Amino acid sequence: MSNKRYDIAIVGAGVVGCAIARELARYDHQVVVLERESDVGMGQSGSNSAIIHSGHDPAPGSAKAALNVAGNRMWPDVCSELDIPFSPTGALIVATTADEESRLEPLMENGRANGVEGLEIVGTQQVLERAPAIAGGVRAALITPTAGVIDAFQAVLGLAENAAAAGVEFRFNESVTALETDGDGVAIHSSGGTIRARWCINVAGVHSDEIMHMAGSHPEFEITARRGEYFVFDGAWQPTDTVLFPMPGPAGKGILVTPTTHGNVMVGPNAEEIPEKDDTAVSRAGLSSVLEGAKRLVPTLDPRRVIATFAGVRSTGNYMPDGKRDFLIERDSVAPWLINVAGIESPGFTSAPAVATHVVDILREAGEQLRTRDDFNPTRRRPPRFRNLSHAERAELVAQNPAYGRIVCRCEQVTEGEVLAAIHAPIPARTYDAIKRRTWLGTGRCQGSFDYPRTLEILARETGHSMTEISKRGPGSVFLYARTKEAVVDETGGLDG
Amino acid sequence: MAEANQTVSRDVVVIGAGPAGMAAALTAHEQGAQVLLIERDIGLGGILPQCIHNGFGAITFGQDLPGPEYAHRYAERIQAEGIEVWLDTAVVDLSADLVIHATSPKRGYTRIQARAIVLAMGCRERTRAQIQIPGTRAAGIYTAGTVQRLINIEGYMPVKRALVLGSGDIGMIMARRMTIEGATVLGVAELQPTLTGLRRNYVQCLVDYDIPLMLSTTVTAIHGRNRVEGVETAQVDDAGKPIPGSERAITCDSLVLSVGLIPENELSQQAGVEINPITGGPYIDSRHATNVPGIFAAGNVTTIFDLVDFVSQAGERAGRSAAAYVAASDTSAATTGTTVKLKPGRNIRSVVPNTLCLDDEHLQVALRPAAHLEGSAKVEFEHEGTGVLRFHERYARPAEMIVRELKAKQIEQLKAAAAGDATVEIHLS
Repeated sequence: MSNKRYDIAIVGAGVVGCAIARELARYDHQVVVLERESDVGMGQSGSNSAIIHSGHDPAPGSAKAALNVAGNRMWPDVCSELDIPFSPTGALIVATTADEESRLEPLMENGRANGVEGLEIVGTQQVLERAPAIAGGVRAALITPTAGVIDAFQAVLGLAENAAAAGVEFRFNESVTALETDGDGVAIHSSGGTIRARWCINVAGVHSDEIMHMAGSHPEFEITARRGEYFVFDGAWQPTDTVLFPMPGPAGKGILVTPTTHGNVMVGPNAEEIPEKDDTAVSRAGLSSVLEGAKRLVPTLDPRRVIATFAGVRSTGNYMPDGKRDFLIERDSVAPWLINVAGIESPGFTSAPAVATHVVDILREAGEQLRTRDDFNPTRRRPPRFRNLSHAERAELVAQNPAYGRIVCRCEQVTEGEVLAAIHAPIPARTYDAIKRRTWLGTGRCQGSFDYPRTLEILARETGHSMTEISKRGPGSVFLYARTKEAVVDETGGLDG
Repeated sequence: MAEANQTVSRDVVVIGAGPAGMAAALTAHEQGAQVLLIERDIGLGGILPQCIHNGFGAITFGQDLPGPEYAHRYAERIQAEGIEVWLDTAVVDLSADLVIHATSPKRGYTRIQARAIVLAMGCRERTRAQIQIPGTRAAGIYTAGTVQRLINIEGYMPVKRALVLGSGDIGMIMARRMTIEGATVLGVAELQPTLTGLRRNYVQCLVDYDIPLMLSTTVTAIHGRNRVEGVETAQVDDAGKPIPGSERAITCDSLVLSVGLIPENELSQQAGVEINPITGGPYIDSRHATNVPGIFAAGNVTTIFDLVDFVSQAGERAGRSAAAYVAASDTSAATTGTTVKLKPGRNIRSVVPNTLCLDDEHLQVALRPAAHLEGSAKVEFEHEGTGVLRFHERYARPAEMIVRELKAKQIEQLKAAAAGDATVEIHLS
């Protein structure tokens, strides 16, 4: 596999990397995506608020503003082409004090300057009509009708699967260790060997500064990881069908309350700088600060209805043209084969499709000849979801393919057919979590207690591995050590301390 | 080969072939009903085949049996009687008009019209999400029942060095089981100041294997990105809150949770069966009828039992009632005759059933104490402040359910004092 040559290598299979891969799949180039994790969307792209923002708050004239508004307009079409769950819920930015109320008008003007359509300020009564669960002290709100919610992981997967089906190669568990100029291109050394490409696109999220530094570029650029923690609530609790934001502050958009495309309500995130960039552990203190924050918007929020917690990291860069933090998207001036797409924090997810076309423009400006392929198929469909079908549709599906007749996950009613479809898809699921992200198996009330053994067995059978090789999230995360009666030895000794 | 949208009809459909479902199917069959027993696993017995420890059958068989043997005795009878069993079949939909939708790779997607249904889906384990342990989401966090299945059924070792959280019976039994299979079990941490499982399991599983029990202790963090690398424990105060400064780092690759069981009633709720928030199971009468005509419930789907023998007895009663309901010409209500309602009072957390049909000969009540009473404990049934009947127990502990068969005389006392749908409160002192 080593020394393989490509036209373009993309480092990072998050939403932006996959959007670029899919955009490039329209053309006649050999493209590879290198990802250090075992699947797409395992960093910040899979763990965030899953909101398609309208673009009301970035500073006018910034890359954030332009790409946010452009991305917001592109996502609905991308979602219908790629069968990605999306719901145009709109959003309310809620003012609860006189000071906040006085900032609504400038915020609306800011949004209008960015080209956001349909903005409107409404009073208490209209706010309560739209979101009756909102705190009694609400004074007014800015309505952004173009905001929506998306299935974040399905979005990344849809882009990646469409790219893979069109011939883009994805290489997982390959962490880039060095970049070296090689003729008019680059040699990329990774844990999986060395590949060569004429272009390298750096979309490595929280690690994008490290990739630049490997290329000897931007020694001053630095990413700070800021962790955000979230709660997911029982689907029976439905306080709002629109996204509720507090007024934005210096730390960002604040702790919000949002519906999800899965029918649950989610609250979060806080913002905490963390020294270890990939630390997605949740903390007691962090979670209680999220609850407190969310209660200011929806006081009836009941912690007993929480079904899951998670954390994601934002990659906050220190690129600040005009004193305002912005995305850094450019052809590198030191390493001419490198295109940096860095500091992609919120509204990065929303911006992704627009960032992808922008990167293609950068390639063109650099003289790259991109010829459109006439065989590119821009559509992708998800496999059937048993639970969402009518009785007649289920009967027909099971009759056609009996694997859809066996329930593997009882709470979410995920069938073996869905698990098999995930394993044999264009981006094949190879770990338990990969199947979970695709099928929603193990996310319900029993949190996988029932499906673990069955899912491991199917994965082992279908991939030709032994049960002891099947992992939760990639190397180092196996579930099972050995057969019983084989030696399992703990050499650690007794209890610490 | 499966046909799309096929419909079949049966008298009594039993959902779940664990101890409650097997007993219900056998009894309904003996009563002459045409019975269909549906099980999502590939064999009969529910959770019993993975419970290879002993402690089953003292009442039913007068013997101390391991779980698989207990299940096998019922499974053999079901086979010998020729009762119709659909294995590898999951019920995915249940409605108040007794229509079931079930799916299986072999039979396809089937609509079943029943004349009576016995809910016997059992229970599931509480998970990390419900107790909200902060930390990472690494591999190595299991419920005790999952570890039990992986070791005893699949034959794989998922742990080398484990801490168990929760001193419930399964937690203690699995602490011993993992030790026997070569793992190091560092201890069993328990949030409460007292054991939550049976004392005999404490002696046989922890004391005999030198596994420490850490009371008033919880897990406050989980570390490790890929596989668990350690956990942090802390002492808790009387309110169950971690005490700052009492944290302790423990190096381990697994955290095994035994933090309670929850009756599995999502299907019941689809059909409009009313659920008691305290037990998590349907409100039932002594004939095991729920509020939905024709739907009966038995075993751990109604409340969590300590002993399988009582679960089998409940299944028998529900099976008998379901068959009688089918045989009766009037199928509007199963609760008939003189009744009295039961309500938990002082020091009682829950009572099952919620209504007694006083015209029946055999009535059993199951009480879950809310307090520890050593030496002696008095159970008293009161109607409007007046004692109606009482009995004594040697002790009362939350971990041990009090199950009592009412004598004919006691039923008469209840009838005389509180007939006509009155409510009787049960107190423990």
